[in-house]
Amino acid sequence: MRPWWESWIQLRSRARGDAVLIGRVIGEVVASAKHESHAGQKLLLVKTLDLDDRLTGAPYVAVDSVGAGVGDRVLLAMDGWAAMTAVGRPRSPIDAAVIGIVDSVDLAD
Amino acid sequence: MLLARVVGTVVATRKDPRLEGKKLLVLRHVSPQGEDLDTYVVAIDTVGAGFRERVIAVSGSSARMAAGMKDTPVDTAIVGIVDDLELDSGAGN
Amino acid sequence: MRLGRVVGSLWSSVKTEQLEGVRLLLIQPIDEAGANAGRTLIAADAIGAGAGDTIYWCRGKEASFAMLPAAVGADAAVVGIVDSITLASAG
Repeated sequence: MRPWWESWIQLRSRARGDAVLIGRVIGEVVASAKHESHAGQKLLLVKTLDLDDRLTGAPYVAVDSVGAGVGDRVLLAMDGWAAMTAVGRPRSPIDAAVIGIVDSVDLAD
Repeated sequence: MLLARVVGTVVATRKDPRLEGKKLLVLRHVSPQGEDLDTYVVAIDTVGAGFRERVIAVSGSSARMAAGMKDTPVDTAIVGIVDDLELDSGAGN
Repeated sequence: MRLGRVVGSLWSSVKTEQLEGVRLLLIQPIDEAGANAGRTLIAADAIGAGAGDTIYWCRGKEASFAMLPAAVGADAAVVGIVDSITLASAG
């Protein structure tokens, strides 16, 4: 039995777009003029994947916290708190970060 | 923040006590070129905006940083009245 | 964060004090190919971007952290100017 608040948090996260999703790194962004909290950080272009492994929509610019590279399937945190703390820069303007490299995903039918 | 214009007011006698004394306006989102978009939102006015004025609407928890908005149960606040707007001619949309 | 292009500027004299001294830009969200992706929005400028620049911007409460220690009530902020984008050849 799941606690009631678990589904509430999921619903809220979905409504706000705050979630961890699976994405694929499609490129890298180089920016020399950027906010000081982004200095020395690698910026990845990540598109989210649907469950059929298809790329969706416009990409996110995500700060890399795990050493991911182009082509990798990754965990993309799009909740500010999760993203900032993963990068170790709390209270900074970071709303997306790559927080893991996916080895495999098993889906039930 | 989104660009919008004031298209109406909302009167609600029975409401959350934290909304007492707050002015609720209906905003229609507009493009920088001034065309109406097909979405609207109810916002709390913090700057004294009037009917038909173009305004800046901030949403989410940032809306509650505006003056007098702390702990107000609202998601959108009018935080500025637009004086002027300049579009870069070469920048497409 | 998302990619975008600065398409203009906006001025407001009657505004909440949490926006005093903040430069406001009109930005058009774009995808990796430069095509428009969503509606134009107003963002606080945290780094000195100008018209025509390709930028990346932060949304939500996190955006207000760009101007710390000033308590700016913004839900979008331009936080970087893009020099270049490298895409994987296979897309």
